[in-house]
Amino acid sequence: MSSNQSHRLPSGGLIDRSASLNFRFDGKTFSGFQGDTLASALVANGVKLVGRSFKYHRPRGILTAGSEEPNALVELRTGARREPNTKATTAELYEGLEAASQNRWPSLRHDLMAVNQLFAPIFVAGFYYKTFMWPAKFWEAIYEPAIRRAAGLGRAAGVADPDHYDKAWAHCDVLIAGSGPAGLAAALAAGRFGARVILCEEDFALGGRLLSDGGTIDGMPAAEWISRTLAELAALPDVRIMTRTTLFGVYDGGTYGALERVNDHLPSPPEHQVRQRLWRIVAKRCVVAAGAIERPIVFAGNDTPGVMMASGMRTYLERYAATPAKRAALFTNNEDGWRTVETALGAGLQIAAVVDARPDVSPAHRSLASKSGFPVLNGSVSAVDGGKDGVRRIAVSLTGGARAEVEADGLAVSGGWNPAVGLTSYHRGRPKWQEDIAAFVPDGAPPGMVAAGAANGAFSLGACLREGFAAGAQAARDAGRSGKAGSAPVAEDEAFSLTPLWHVVGKGKAFVDQQHDVTASDIELAHREGFESVEHLKRYTTLGMATDQGKTSNVAGLAIMAAVSGKSIPETGTTIYRPPFVPVAIGAFAGHHRDENFHATRLTPSHHWAAEQGAIFVDTGLWKRAQWYPRAGEKDWLESVTREVKAVRGGVGFCDVSTLGKIDVHGPDAGAFLDRVYINTFSNLAVGKARYGLMLREDGMVYDDGTTSRLAEDHYFLTTTTAKAGPVMQHLEFCRQVLFPELDVQLTSVSDQWAQFSIAGPKTRDLLREMVDPAEDLSNEGFPFMGAREVALRGGIKARLFRISFSGEMAFEISVPARHGDALVRNLMQAGKQFGVTPYGTEALGVMRIEKGHVAGPELSGTTTAADLGLGKMMSTKKDFIGRVMAGREALVAADRQVVVGIKPTDKASRLRSGAHIIPKGEIPGPGNDQGYVTSVCFSPMLDQWIGLGLVERGRERIGEIVHAHDPLRGEDYDVELCNPVFYDPEGGRQRG
Amino acid sequence: MRIVCPFCGERELGEFTYLGDAKPRRPAADAGEDAVYDYVYLRDNIAGVMSEHWYHGGGCRTWLKIDRNTLTHEISSVEPATGAGARQVAK
Repeated sequence: MSSNQSHRLPSGGLIDRSASLNFRFDGKTFSGFQGDTLASALVANGVKLVGRSFKYHRPRGILTAGSEEPNALVELRTGARREPNTKATTAELYEGLEAASQNRWPSLRHDLMAVNQLFAPIFVAGFYYKTFMWPAKFWEAIYEPAIRRAAGLGRAAGVADPDHYDKAWAHCDVLIAGSGPAGLAAALAAGRFGARVILCEEDFALGGRLLSDGGTIDGMPAAEWISRTLAELAALPDVRIMTRTTLFGVYDGGTYGALERVNDHLPSPPEHQVRQRLWRIVAKRCVVAAGAIERPIVFAGNDTPGVMMASGMRTYLERYAATPAKRAALFTNNEDGWRTVETALGAGLQIAAVVDARPDVSPAHRSLASKSGFPVLNGSVSAVDGGKDGVRRIAVSLTGGARAEVEADGLAVSGGWNPAVGLTSYHRGRPKWQEDIAAFVPDGAPPGMVAAGAANGAFSLGACLREGFAAGAQAARDAGRSGKAGSAPVAEDEAFSLTPLWHVVGKGKAFVDQQHDVTASDIELAHREGFESVEHLKRYTTLGMATDQGKTSNVAGLAIMAAVSGKSIPETGTTIYRPPFVPVAIGAFAGHHRDENFHATRLTPSHHWAAEQGAIFVDTGLWKRAQWYPRAGEKDWLESVTREVKAVRGGVGFCDVSTLGKIDVHGPDAGAFLDRVYINTFSNLAVGKARYGLMLREDGMVYDDGTTSRLAEDHYFLTTTTAKAGPVMQHLEFCRQVLFPELDVQLTSVSDQWAQFSIAGPKTRDLLREMVDPAEDLSNEGFPFMGAREVALRGGIKARLFRISFSGEMAFEISVPARHGDALVRNLMQAGKQFGVTPYGTEALGVMRIEKGHVAGPELSGTTTAADLGLGKMMSTKKDFIGRVMAGREALVAADRQVVVGIKPTDKASRLRSGAHIIPKGEIPGPGNDQGYVTSVCFSPMLDQWIGLGLVERGRERIGEIVHAHDPLRGEDYDVELCNPVFYDPEGGRQRG
Repeated sequence: MRIVCPFCGERELGEFTYLGDAKPRRPAADAGEDAVYDYVYLRDNIAGVMSEHWYHGGGCRTWLKIDRNTLTHEISSVEPATGAGARQVAK
């Protein structure tokens, strides 16, 4: 049903009249056609008022027909898919589309906030800085919330985005931005050379301005040329055309960013499809054929609904067969604006008048005027009489001083064209001023990029085709292709004459930046207050800082600043151009990397088994590790963990430690290499033995620790902490390749190749005997503490066995190829049943290491030295190693450093918490007497109380001293005793037994 | 940014890790604290072509010496570190 499309021409346009679409705007139902944008459908329904302005709540209409639109912003869709600040000019119409106007209350027509206009004198440039200065407290409580309610744009959905977004890579020889005459000609030339071409067009239809302006190319109508060209491109081997795709940025090394709106033209994406896709395109060459953007002339009332860019009016008439006005006037300073008169006359509109700022209007135009019966007024529009219902009357200042009035319901404005210099300027390039078109044009471009056609300041159709074709051919040649491109498409070189005119001085608000409500007088004020530099002007007035990035306003703003400061426009210069060319949703940058897919997940070899046991998992970097294994009837984690610890200390348990970094170190110089990266010596380690090692950074701080075993004369097996697995590998490769290239040694990361389990407790050997080939000697003599060697398991699988202990119990770590990890854990459970074997998680692991005073992540904080950790004696004095010299610095060996010490509350029932500060007893806590803090805590089942480790000033000399734990974060204060960090079995007899 | 790894070919920036200035040489064991201090902490902040260490952790794990213009990101040379695999093989 198209009954209410009162402003639709009976024929014409690139719309499908057989596909009528219903949509709602502010609750009212309208209809449009397939091929419409929301803006064109609103125009076709005679809707002129579509929004309220940012600061003053002035009624606003539709200014343009493209992505440069500053005014016609709506909330598109509803619920979780509601998207604020969507340009009606680029939103494709679909059946059931719902849109709402923004920044008005209670309704668009009766906006109470329009009272802001009465306070307009205070809403001038810099008003945030000048007003509401004090009292300071009022800012957050009163001023800001009030301003935020009154000013602004649309509302975010407020709930999670239900759609999926994708990211993809593409590679090509020649990337082309834009499918206007220059872009299509470039694609044709490059494609004929056999180049791999990708052409990105932000519109859903191909042709650029040809869709609105028509013309004759190679003797045929533009539409026919487009379809022939597309057919030829489709037949070429490797030309890919991407519609609804905006090239928004250029990055180093020929990498480009593009946003493909895959399903934005549908109510919601079809199942299993993404809404948008972010492309990173790697191109050898890029042709920017992004066209030009028509610029307004600034005059009083230029924001009245019904005032429209001349090119926009042509687009609505020609492409959408929708009439923005019945009786239109044109205000132009250039030849191109007159095209709108021809289009409007052709569409049956009345022309009220043409106001041309140029004195020398061509005879052809004059005869058109007299034939069609409208006046040509030499002068400029000085005011617009109208309101929310649109333009009513236009006041004209005639050259010579006289005034005239013109009755019209629409005003088309053309101030000339600005080449789209964004992409060519994103690497801090500054465009240069070209006098004949009074516009900035690209002055060079990032490597591999060239502008062609209107984007390069060549405005005639003939020139666009020639430049585009030549640029496409050259790009293909530069990309290493050769062949015959044939000849360029030919069209007329229509004249372009322009008399620069930026601002018509008059009474009333004249808007430069309509989206941010920046007026010409704001710019003059900025000048008076000394904000003359364009970068200051921009930030002080917020000119060009809205979501449209000043596409229609920046150059006019510069021109007005130039005029008031008595400088030329090129002297005034432009601000820095930065991507993105159009707003890109954060969701598109994130792609699939959200929620549980925010990062990759690594599963341990025993993960599936642990999940079957009901284990609770904890994220450790990318890993999921079993934290504890709850059993029926246990009331909390502490009960489970305490059971696990007791089971290990009283019998036997096991824990998956496969997450530790594992590195094979091979080569005749392997020992010498390890001597240089560890503070202690490994070259003298016997084959079949393991040793605890500590690494420093070159600045003398502890980097990482772990156990390294010598499996053969020229083969060591090194382990790292879970957190540092990657960084240590990188560090060791640096040492090997850069620092010590003379050493003959190779490193292989085998972290993922081995499943490794710690088996601990007095019954460990009993359990292992069930697993290991009976021929293997596991006795204390046959496999002593810190022994390490390969053994055969029952059934023949080879395993590596290390007699090392983190828990302080008699313990082994067993490694099998990762693929056998699941079987191993199931066999351990089976074989261990008779010994009451208990799986334990990272919590119990942590409890036992604290009971034993072993340092871990909280103590290896990057600010501790080996001596701080109580490991200073490990530092060899007989060799050089990474970090040796810097570790000797005065402050790093000072006597009053905070060192690792045990801590327990004096009240056995009291809980200890990490992060609490240590203060001398009886003193008032303050930064001056802060002597350290608690780093790790646990409830010790063995001591039946909370215990911890801490870094405390001179801690080791103060064993037995009662100090004060001050925890301002949790509001806790209690006394603690400094004690030996080895709480349990300090003699170490258990692990050696 | 794209880096042409001598072993893996042209790869995307995300595969590499930046370390920094490749000029400082680790002092000999007996060089003294001042020399080591300079090595650890003092860096030139070059506006122009700088030799840098990069690590191809997402590829062949080679440490590379890359000459890069810090103003334009233009890369003029990529070499494997002295102790990288290919050098050893070439011997």
